[in-house]
Amino acid sequence: MLTFEHLSKTYADGTRALSDINLTVHEGEIVSLIGGSGCGKTTLLRLIAGLDRESAGRIRLDDEVLSGPHPAVGIVFQEPRLLPWLSVFDNIAFGLDGLSATEKKLRVTHALEKIGLVEHADRWPRDLSGGQQQRVSIARAFVTNPKVLLLDEPFSALDAFTRASLHEHLLGLWEETRPTVVLVTHDVQEAVTLADRAVVMQPKPGRIFDELPLTLSRPRDRTGLPFETSVRRVLTALDHSLKAPQAQPQRERDRQAAALWW
Amino acid sequence: MTLSRESAVTGNAVSQAWSSHEGAAALAAPTSTEKRRVFDWRILLGFFLPVAIALLWEAAVTFGLAEGRLVPPPSRIIAMLWGLAQTGELRTHAWMTLWRVLVGFVIGSLSGIVLGALSGSSKTMRQLLDPTLQALRAIPSIAWVPLFILWLGIFEASKVALIAIGVFFPVYLGIAGAILSVDRKLVEVGHVFRLSRVQLARRILLPAVLPEAVIALRSGLGLGFMFVVAAEFMGASEGLGYLLVDGQQMGKPDQILAAIIAFALLGKTADSLLVVAAKPLVRWQDTVRERL
Repeated sequence: MLTFEHLSKTYADGTRALSDINLTVHEGEIVSLIGGSGCGKTTLLRLIAGLDRESAGRIRLDDEVLSGPHPAVGIVFQEPRLLPWLSVFDNIAFGLDGLSATEKKLRVTHALEKIGLVEHADRWPRDLSGGQQQRVSIARAFVTNPKVLLLDEPFSALDAFTRASLHEHLLGLWEETRPTVVLVTHDVQEAVTLADRAVVMQPKPGRIFDELPLTLSRPRDRTGLPFETSVRRVLTALDHSLKAPQAQPQRERDRQAAALWW
Repeated sequence: MTLSRESAVTGNAVSQAWSSHEGAAALAAPTSTEKRRVFDWRILLGFFLPVAIALLWEAAVTFGLAEGRLVPPPSRIIAMLWGLAQTGELRTHAWMTLWRVLVGFVIGSLSGIVLGALSGSSKTMRQLLDPTLQALRAIPSIAWVPLFILWLGIFEASKVALIAIGVFFPVYLGIAGAILSVDRKLVEVGHVFRLSRVQLARRILLPAVLPEAVIALRSGLGLGFMFVVAAEFMGASEGLGYLLVDGQQMGKPDQILAAIIAFALLGKTADSLLVVAAKPLVRWQDTVRERL
């Protein structure tokens, strides 16, 4: 279980990226963080991954307070971030340093089978397409069997077909160990395809606007009516979240006008 | 008749197997096989200008249009080179020069790598070292010569020191710059997998800086050959630089040109060896074409 308690992050330049986030993600749940740009989605993910430190509040994984990168937390970045000097095989094995060679080979080969890149094991990352590279990056995060997997818009740079097939690969890998997944996305369809719950965020400062359970049965039929309804619900919530901050300057101006009046 | 047809069939099969094998190779590494298969004749274009000029000059001297005393024709230079090679002088001089460059290069590049790595990886070290080194870099290296002679004498030590200085700066700058420009995103991957500082250096920083380190070493080597000439001008009784000075004093332009050609060959060979040695380390690079 992943818990955020009064989590806030203010950057050195005074930007309030996150303000008082309270959220519980259950074990094996897929939660999708969705929201406009600058609402702190990626910041939240970087805090969980231990790449940045929170300004206030804390993140707990089960009973442990997270401080810094944790072995049970894996992350897939927006870009594949493969190490160009390692073969596909060695890239996937990058986090398996403590294991024996046989165990390593077993796990990596299994992951390669899952992502359908067995025949590419010995190639350089530069020889792969963008979608293939991202698959390798997902496999690299999965082979360490993390309890929590963080996905930072991992499919945003890919075309719609590649994205759909990657969703399948991801769910295939997820089925095996059922880690807790926090998926950052700005694609509502993607959120509804993958997540059990959509958390809609709001910018300036980044905070949670609304939570919507997505209870459709898996595998999800992207063309069915229930899917459409869910997409519409999330879109409506997103719409409200983006409109809300505009109301604020309006109020501010009213108050200033009132001050002048008095 | 049957036999010949059979052999034709097997021949066919062999060629087919060959082509499928080739196809697989092409799939595995499309660029390298293409490069190997098609020889680019335009490479020879580069030879056209020097060969044409050499032939024209040779003809001009042969037909008495020019004297060729101060600018000897190619045949005389080749004869001189041949003569020097025959007596073993060329080998002695070339070896001496090579030895000086090698020792200077090893000292200069090792200290360049160590100090460059320090100032690239730690901000404190950078603030401590870099200003001094940059100030020293501003001094033309030849200006050290009188001091080196006073300190180290007129023999090998002062020459090697000058060459080491010449090699040091490009290597130092290249290594420090390369470390500073390592992609933060790849370093973060290391953080996510909880690598220690040493592991991070070995598994991410070192491989990431290798391509630029090779370039730094190559420019260091180039400068090493530049400074060996200066060092041998300082007074040497052996070395290709000595051949240059001797050729000037004895009025033998063909000897000067022969020494220059020997320098060019030696420098190019050393550079190529460095490139070949480094190639397996930087094979993974995703560049449009091979770097110079």
